[in-house]
Amino acid sequence: MINQYPAWKYLLIVVVVATGALFSMPNLYGEDPALQVTGTRTTKVDAATEEQVLGLLQQNTLTYKSTARDGHSLLVRFHDTESQLRAKDIVKETLGGGYVVALNLAPATPAWLRALNAQPMYLGLDLRGGVHFLMEVDMEAAVAQAEERYVSDIRSLLRDKKLRYLSIARGTNGLEIKFRSPDERNQAQDIVGRDFPLLVLKDIDGTDSHDLIATISESEQREVRKFALQQNITTLRNRVNELGVAEPVIQQQGDSRIVVQLPGVQDTARAKEILGATATLEFRMANEEHLIDDALAGRVPAGSKLYNRREGGHVLLKNQVMLTGDYIIDAASGIEQQTGEPAVFITLDGKGANIFSNATKENVGKLMAVVFIENKSETRVVDGVQTKVKSKVEEVINTAVIREQLGKRFQITGLDNTDEARNLALLLRAGALTAPIEIVEERTVGPSMGAENIAKGFNSTMIGFAAIAVFMTAYYYFFGVIASLALGINMLLLVAVLSMLQATLTLPGIAGIALTIGMAIDANVLIFERIREELRNGNSPQASINAGYDRAFDTILDSNITTLIAGFALFWLGSGPIRGFAVTLCIGILTSMFSAVMVSRGMVNLLYGRRRKLAKLHI
Amino acid sequence: MRHARITSIVSAVIFLVAVVLLIARGLNLGIEFTGGTMMEVRYPQAVNLNQVRDTLEAGNFRDASVQNFGTSLDVLIRLPVKAGVSSAQLSEQVLQVLRAQNDKVEVRRVEFVGPQVGAELVNDGGLALILVSIGIMVYLAIRFEWRFAVGAVVATAHDLVILLGLFSLLQWEFTLTVLAAMLAILGYSVNDTVVVFDRIRENFRKMRKGTIAEIIDNAITSTLSRTIMTSATTLLMVLAMLFLGGETLFYFALTLAIGIVVGTYSSVLVASPIVMWLGISRADMMPVVKKDGEVDDRP
Repeated sequence: MINQYPAWKYLLIVVVVATGALFSMPNLYGEDPALQVTGTRTTKVDAATEEQVLGLLQQNTLTYKSTARDGHSLLVRFHDTESQLRAKDIVKETLGGGYVVALNLAPATPAWLRALNAQPMYLGLDLRGGVHFLMEVDMEAAVAQAEERYVSDIRSLLRDKKLRYLSIARGTNGLEIKFRSPDERNQAQDIVGRDFPLLVLKDIDGTDSHDLIATISESEQREVRKFALQQNITTLRNRVNELGVAEPVIQQQGDSRIVVQLPGVQDTARAKEILGATATLEFRMANEEHLIDDALAGRVPAGSKLYNRREGGHVLLKNQVMLTGDYIIDAASGIEQQTGEPAVFITLDGKGANIFSNATKENVGKLMAVVFIENKSETRVVDGVQTKVKSKVEEVINTAVIREQLGKRFQITGLDNTDEARNLALLLRAGALTAPIEIVEERTVGPSMGAENIAKGFNSTMIGFAAIAVFMTAYYYFFGVIASLALGINMLLLVAVLSMLQATLTLPGIAGIALTIGMAIDANVLIFERIREELRNGNSPQASINAGYDRAFDTILDSNITTLIAGFALFWLGSGPIRGFAVTLCIGILTSMFSAVMVSRGMVNLLYGRRRKLAKLHI
Repeated sequence: MRHARITSIVSAVIFLVAVVLLIARGLNLGIEFTGGTMMEVRYPQAVNLNQVRDTLEAGNFRDASVQNFGTSLDVLIRLPVKAGVSSAQLSEQVLQVLRAQNDKVEVRRVEFVGPQVGAELVNDGGLALILVSIGIMVYLAIRFEWRFAVGAVVATAHDLVILLGLFSLLQWEFTLTVLAAMLAILGYSVNDTVVVFDRIRENFRKMRKGTIAEIIDNAITSTLSRTIMTSATTLLMVLAMLFLGGETLFYFALTLAIGIVVGTYSSVLVASPIVMWLGISRADMMPVVKKDGEVDDRP
């Protein structure tokens, strides 16, 4: 009885295949058109929001299928896209800008499967349509900005200390500060070194001047780059919210790049415009003489304007601008040393310091506000003519009481926590010091193309599979049927694993599935050829089966590991679509080891293993 | 092994031709590698390409290349990187020009790759090839013996160079997906080679009397039907992809199909003779090889 599996092996096979079937099931159910309402910084999606949205739908006699709400978003499923589209317009109009209202295709997985956390495969942009941008932050500009900041700082430091210098400027090697005498230079070196420990100083004696070369240290440069990247990600995230995309991806890639993926977005021109908006800052005094309720009722006093606060609520500000963001040279978050409170430290350049010091002198004790302004240009089609429409979104990001006359450096305190301080610093910099960003890669796939890609990939895989099954059966008879069944199980497991991992499935990924199926049959071919060979050598059918499976295993292992090496390299070095191919290739090889060796052996054992007198094998 | 000399000469000649082609003609690199913009648009009716060209030319896109893609409705437009033009806006401008002529035109796909990204992809692609080769060599050297590792890598290099030579000869577009297909072929071809090697190793243990040529001959013969079967099934799948997978997968599937044929040939008729010659040139006779076999016998 050599061809018998112990009961646990059969059980294992049954459990694995059943689990595979269960987790690949969500892929059968398709998708529901849905509306997704997500809260932003200032708004939360709670039971009241849900009630409001459902109330709106009822008012407009729109029927929906079901709703689901989690921590921060609400999903309403519809029966058809028509009511979905109408609902979007209605809900968006009523809820206003505080919420992201986006169209979505929600998997129609039944609740009991969702409870098991079973989800359909995650489709890449090439299969569902959408835009992929790879953006690069101009790090040289970011470092240049930091250098400019130091130029201005050192200039005022030397002035304060009454040290005379010939010139100070950014050069090719860093900051060049020229002095008349080596004595002055050495003095300056001491002072600058003490005040700016992050600068690396070097002295060079020229023919008609004595120079001090200051460069930003490596670690400081890294900080600058990191900050520039983070700040851009924050800004992009805010802007993407505005686009109303259901599942946007905004991710850092490498040291200087940001990936932005917007599934379902078709209007790339608009997406580019919104992502590429520029922002500025304004400092304004609050109008505290008038009541905000009056202004809200429509009686806005002359010379003032009503603004929205980012955290919700309103504030009345005077029209006169005290200072714009152009004068800011740095904004960093930290801890106020005396009180231990989180704070944002702002540094102005010399000119800005003068303006600001005059402006704040008369306003000590009064409320000042920071307004964040985003300038956007959108191309719209008006009466068949394309026109650029410029629009401006203004928001108050912070209000604070002026405690004393403010100068070059000042701080904003009274923030709730360090996170808020960090965000405010990022926003201030976004308005004042954005490192330029550029799109270096774009991939757009139209929705019809995505659907076609799925259909083509699916059809070619199925037809290839059928052809292989026919071919195998014709050549190996009954064992061919077993191999085809094992191959089907391999496909099932592959889909299940991809669904469980939520790995992104792309068109090359489907090609990877197809290729693995073609190659997975190799294991069975190896085994069957061995069995035939053993039979030819005059061995009994039972012994031949056993020897065939045993001997072929080493070969299968060796050949699969070499393919896996190629797969891993592809995954590691590949980008986007290539990665999808590598993922399915690697997973497919692993599942095929199980299905082609263990599952097919299990079937053979079950069918032939118990027969004592097996005279002939159908192979 | 009787025909080893002839097949090796044939392979060597084709290999050299491919190398010369690659040097002389180079590859027709896709925009992923060179940088540039590629747009696929669909018209509701069959469209005259010359008309599209004229429209683009009138719109100041003189260096655009225009061709049909799959059907007569689909048009593929390629634009090189332009210095000074914000490339992100380029596709929008092209679309505006096309819409002005025919407002029913639909964008199917846009790909834009900046020149710096392209250069990186070339590097990464080359690095991937080298790393895969090293990884496979090390694995084979550990599991088998260094001669087998060399044989396998030479055989796969043979496949890749011939494939590249073909792309150069016919000036097919060499894209990122084609590169992925080549790497997959690399894995596949080694897979095939390993099966033969495995049998050679086994034969060294079983057939104590045969000459090396006989041992290798036997290994090739007894694995031949498997080699053909596997190639046939994989080819079936790839052909389904080639004919039904659409234009996007066409060159990917084509590379795989040709690669499978060439890879099968090389595993049988290139890799094994190299192992044989490397062995013989080392010690001229059986004992050394026998020693190899004994080394392999150790657990």
